[in-house]
Amino acid sequence: MSELVDAVLRCLLVLGAFLTLPLLVGQMEHKAMAHMQSRVGPMAAGGFHGWAQLVADGVKFVQKESIVPGAADRKVFELAPAVALVPYLVALLAIPLGPFFGQGNLVGQDLDLGLFFVLAAMSVGVLGTLMGGLGSGNKYSYIGGMRVAAQLMSYELPMVLAAASVAMLAGTLSLIGIAEAWEPWWLLAQLPGLVVFFVAGLAELQRPPFDAPLADAELVMGPLTEYGGMRFAMFLLAEYAGIVVLAGLTTVLFLGGWAGPWSDQLGWVWTLLKIVLVSFLVIWARVAYPRLREDQVNSLAWKVLVPLALAQIAFTTVLVVW
Amino acid sequence: MAWWGKGLVQGLAVTWKNLTRRSVTARYPDVEPDLPPRSRGVIALQEENCTSCMLCARECPSWCITIDSHKEIIPATTEGGRDRSQNVLDVFDIDYSICMYCSICIEVCPFDALHWSPEFAYAEGDLKDLTHDMNRLRTWMGTVPPPQALDAKAEQGKELESFRRSEGEA
Repeated sequence: MSELVDAVLRCLLVLGAFLTLPLLVGQMEHKAMAHMQSRVGPMAAGGFHGWAQLVADGVKFVQKESIVPGAADRKVFELAPAVALVPYLVALLAIPLGPFFGQGNLVGQDLDLGLFFVLAAMSVGVLGTLMGGLGSGNKYSYIGGMRVAAQLMSYELPMVLAAASVAMLAGTLSLIGIAEAWEPWWLLAQLPGLVVFFVAGLAELQRPPFDAPLADAELVMGPLTEYGGMRFAMFLLAEYAGIVVLAGLTTVLFLGGWAGPWSDQLGWVWTLLKIVLVSFLVIWARVAYPRLREDQVNSLAWKVLVPLALAQIAFTTVLVVW
Repeated sequence: MAWWGKGLVQGLAVTWKNLTRRSVTARYPDVEPDLPPRSRGVIALQEENCTSCMLCARECPSWCITIDSHKEIIPATTEGGRDRSQNVLDVFDIDYSICMYCSICIEVCPFDALHWSPEFAYAEGDLKDLTHDMNRLRTWMGTVPPPQALDAKAEQGKELESFRRSEGEA
């Protein structure tokens, strides 16, 4: 019985985090991006510095009509937002937040294959945009979908290689195990891996500067062109949930997760703090850098990131064997 | 000096600097804007000065000024004198839905009947209401700022000089 209560409680906590953290990141994007561009961002909704802007957006999205284009592949079109969103919820289930006031580790479910599981779930998430692109019956969506496919193929490899390097060093695929095995000097030894993982993660999420599939100047909104209302909101939420998952994974793999002073008690605070910092970096990259051209996107993956990740793996192998 | 990754670092630096500075956004509906005194908000009409010479209406590139007037005879004040005639405005409309704020009408007016006022908040729900008739144009006169003072050592204007001279003689 208590096991059941425990499981339900963990699920509810993960769901709560899934529904709040992406909104926090979204709000941070609104305000941080605005100030980086010398604007003030939302100021009206909710009174204090527009804190309720995303709530207002949500209410607006709910009121919108659900439209399926006549040329669309109806089932694929309607399923795509769910395929984009749910994997990130699943991935969040396995990401540990660290010790919670000495009450054990705050994690949905500690899996032995945690790293493998999360990476697999993240790549399923990208399939949602691909489905949206191919199922919309729209040429811009289709081209966007093809770009998503190309980007997915290119960046999956360096991302997994970079993650594998850390797993080798830690000697385990369990996320908790990796974070516990982490030592400060890994920051330096795994720095190329960290960069590769972060950049590849950005590309995986199709965040600017890697948003060539969405490129509004060329493709209207790419795979999302035909979407509106709640379905579009789900894609949007998936994007921010993806940022949270990427930030969480970067934190646990490369930044030591809950490593920090008083981590037995406040480990979860450290993890959340690092997640916020990495999310801020994601937003910063969006503001600071212009979009890569489609061929640049792919040449960056194959000519820079893959060799870098391979070199990192070779270096880690030497470290581990030695 | 160009080193690899310089552009990436510069991008981050510029955005970070902006983040730490105050934003430049004007908080308009909450805070009234601080406009320069000669800003072109709305055109005010001093109808006593207008002789309905039609220069403004004819020079207007977008044809947004409508003028109609009639002649009134002012009887001679002295015995055997000549009656004088005077133009009196019936209609003076400016249609702000097509006005492009080029200021030509104001430049061209020989009798200073038209003036810029910095008032800008006269949006309407109906396009037709953007045509201001001469009564409404007259009300803007109250918002026209006084002319800018001339430079201290500049010639203070011929009229003023001759006025001062006549005062001195009297």
